[in-house]
Amino acid sequence: MSKHHVTTTINGEPMEYLCEAQQTMLDVLRDELGLTGSKEGCSSGDCGACTIIVDGNITCSCLMLGVEAEGRKIETIEGIAQGDRLHPVQQKFLEHAALQCGFCTPGFIVAAKALLDTTLNPTEEEARYWLAGNLCRCTGYDKIIRAVLDAAAVMRAEAGR
Amino acid sequence: MNDVSTTRYKWVGTRPIRPDGVPKVTGRAMYGADLTMPGALYGKVIRSPHAHARIRSIDTAKAAALPGVKAIITGADFPDHKFEYIGPERVAVNFWHVTRNVMAREKALYEGHPVAAIAATSKEVAEEAAELLAIDYEVLPHVIDVDEAMKEDAPLLFEDMITRGIDPAPKKPSNISKRLEFAIGDVDKGFAEADVIVEKEFKTAAVHQGYIEPHACIARVDPGGQSEVWTTTQGHFVVRAMVAKLLGMSIGDVRVTPSEIGGGFGGKIPVYLEPIAALLSKKSGRPCKLTMGRDEVFKATGPTSGSSMWVKIGATKDGRIIAADGIFKFQAGAFPGSPVMNACLCAFAPYDIENARSVGYDVVSNRPKSAAYRAPGSPISAFAVESVMGILAKKLGMDPVALRLKNAAKIGTTMIYGPKLAHGGYIETLEAVKNHPEYQKPLGPNQGRGVASGYWFNGGGESSANIQINADGTILVATGSVDVGGSRASMALMAAETFGVDYDQVRATVADTGSVGYTHVTGGSRVTFATGTAVVNAAKKAIDELRARAAMIWDVPVDGVVWEQGCARPASSNVGDFKPMPLKDIAAKAGVTGGPISTAASVNAGGQAPGFSTQFCDVEVDPETGKVKILRFVAAQDVGTAIHPSYVEGQIQGGVTQGIGWALNEEYIYDKQGRLDNAGFLDYRCPVASDLPMIEPLLVEVPNPAHPYGVKGVGEVNICPPMAAIANAIDNAIGRRLTELPMSPPKILAALDEAAD
Repeated sequence: MSKHHVTTTINGEPMEYLCEAQQTMLDVLRDELGLTGSKEGCSSGDCGACTIIVDGNITCSCLMLGVEAEGRKIETIEGIAQGDRLHPVQQKFLEHAALQCGFCTPGFIVAAKALLDTTLNPTEEEARYWLAGNLCRCTGYDKIIRAVLDAAAVMRAEAGR
Repeated sequence: MNDVSTTRYKWVGTRPIRPDGVPKVTGRAMYGADLTMPGALYGKVIRSPHAHARIRSIDTAKAAALPGVKAIITGADFPDHKFEYIGPERVAVNFWHVTRNVMAREKALYEGHPVAAIAATSKEVAEEAAELLAIDYEVLPHVIDVDEAMKEDAPLLFEDMITRGIDPAPKKPSNISKRLEFAIGDVDKGFAEADVIVEKEFKTAAVHQGYIEPHACIARVDPGGQSEVWTTTQGHFVVRAMVAKLLGMSIGDVRVTPSEIGGGFGGKIPVYLEPIAALLSKKSGRPCKLTMGRDEVFKATGPTSGSSMWVKIGATKDGRIIAADGIFKFQAGAFPGSPVMNACLCAFAPYDIENARSVGYDVVSNRPKSAAYRAPGSPISAFAVESVMGILAKKLGMDPVALRLKNAAKIGTTMIYGPKLAHGGYIETLEAVKNHPEYQKPLGPNQGRGVASGYWFNGGGESSANIQINADGTILVATGSVDVGGSRASMALMAAETFGVDYDQVRATVADTGSVGYTHVTGGSRVTFATGTAVVNAAKKAIDELRARAAMIWDVPVDGVVWEQGCARPASSNVGDFKPMPLKDIAAKAGVTGGPISTAASVNAGGQAPGFSTQFCDVEVDPETGKVKILRFVAAQDVGTAIHPSYVEGQIQGGVTQGIGWALNEEYIYDKQGRLDNAGFLDYRCPVASDLPMIEPLLVEVPNPAHPYGVKGVGEVNICPPMAAIANAIDNAIGRRLTELPMSPPKILAALDEAAD
């Protein structure tokens, strides 16, 4: 079986890889590129643990083929912090104890970051519906929602709004 | 015993960031499927497509001939074990069963039951080889439901199974593995004296723990027998023991490193993949990695039991409960060992009842073997008992909290299983709910309020910890407890408190089986209590050593040195005029005062105090769709001392949410062939963020004097009350009593079509 050559951008870095036609983006990230921060929880787009951002849209990487990344801009959990500076969502997850086992956390942080890329004024209800595609079995979502709303407040303050 | 009731602490009770936090928010933390080894093979488990089938033969020749296939194993490749139950009844293990659950031998007993496994050079080759495996099944009649499985003419999973616990033993085999009975007083006499009696039957569905991380591991068995296993588990020492036993290896030859764990809730205590990966590695001579898909997790790993129950409670007119009786029939899955004994022991535990009886049945059927799930057994019987309590309160015209307060178990209350309750805490949870500002708030149309309580033993047991004092004064704490929800933070807090140093000076880690003493699983709400005790003991030993080193430096007797606020100090002015010597200064001189300072402590911690929880919720029922919306959820729980309150709150919020899913949506659904119809997160519907309000935890702190900082287990009891609290709230909203879980929209609509009670 011949492999496909893909040229893409991952976390701001130009990237090239070879993948098979049936490989999902999640398999490519984890098995070919060593980016194991995106997690496999279901392979059917129901749990959100593999959430990435593709050209600004949140996507379950288990529902996307590796070849579909051609020419796109991909953001994964590994690219959310800027160097040693955590994104406000990451910082607030730590402060609010918004993670217990931490397995769903990368997906939540990527999805929440995408929400705050869209709006810095989400209501609690908007945050709950935006994150409804991400399953967490440990926390009951309470502290996750608080962390996201608090991160929005910090980002609003930083933006002077 | 410690006087922990009035102590104020510097670190205990604060909310610092957990030591393992940054790797987990940046995607760097390594979970079960994140590691590979050089030369690793990919394994695949071949599973039964049938609910019940005799395995006539397995022909591996064609699959073995496929290039890239390096090993194929079946049940016959594992050594067999004697049929015997080992250990205390509540947690008895029978390795004849365990090895057959890891891989079937004579029969496949549920859809998804492993029957063979293949190791190959790629996933694709393993898949292709699986297709070439020729397995000849004789499909047998199956049975799924517990009441059906108990019938005389039910298909038998084990043709020679005679029910244990009945004297004289029955002559005929059945699917009933065991009967249990616990009783105090005279139940018949009690009911004869009762003014009001309520009895009801209940059914609950099997539900899965639903951890988001599927099972995954990698194993390497070297020629000569030494081996390494990396796996996602709640107890790597248990994995070590199981792999050694099931493969016939010595414990000393197996080293297990726990990965970070993506949730467990009891479901990552049993071994599923590890013995298979190890045997594939042994046979192929190469490391072997195995991962499960979500469908495999649902079909072949532990849901908790579904049940069929009957509960009867009798009270006097003024609300004094004088008799209680219950029959609890539990699905064990394909092998004996449901948590029905816990269900019997916990059912009436919150109450002081003179005459009480619990009868339990452990029943096998063609489902995956049940595994522990958060307070295993207790939430199931609590659904029945607390629902009956709700009906009783209504009949008596009493407030449900007042009824419970009138009958609450307290120190000295005789438990159904013999001993007297040694710790309080329940009444305090009732008071917390009663005094909550929203508890008396009026509700709108189709809205209702429900109350329920719960009880869980909490655990103690074997734990170990190591402490190292570094040359710069930082402190390393290593324990054998897998961190599933922030325990590194609580260990570091207890160590910082004991040493009298800053939290940031302490780093807590989880050590592999070769690096710390035996430690039992992360489960049973035991870690902060038992492993925390080991950490404090190791810290106290280190403090004794630090005092000795200071005494050497000052050239005074060690008795003349005390430890206060992170410093060695002269015990009195008689000892000498020395300035307090901080830990850091002593650590810097360790090399010349006797060498590295490191200590270890192991405990078998007793004196754990049970957990009580009382919760209330407000719901709104949509009469058009039958959907139940949770408007408010308030959960009071006695937590002893909250070491890190945020993670204690998180346990309560998480347990309540799992209970909400259990109550309203989650269930195993089988088709007519006994195959699971909803083996995925789309159709097995766990609560998501948009289903829920904020969950309000009320931390009631009644310290446990048997722990240095008053800890009680906090992880489990919170899942006991929600199902009945919601059922009681639904009844309050629409005047209909739901007795079957889940209380999904079709059941609500059907109930609305029936006449009110």
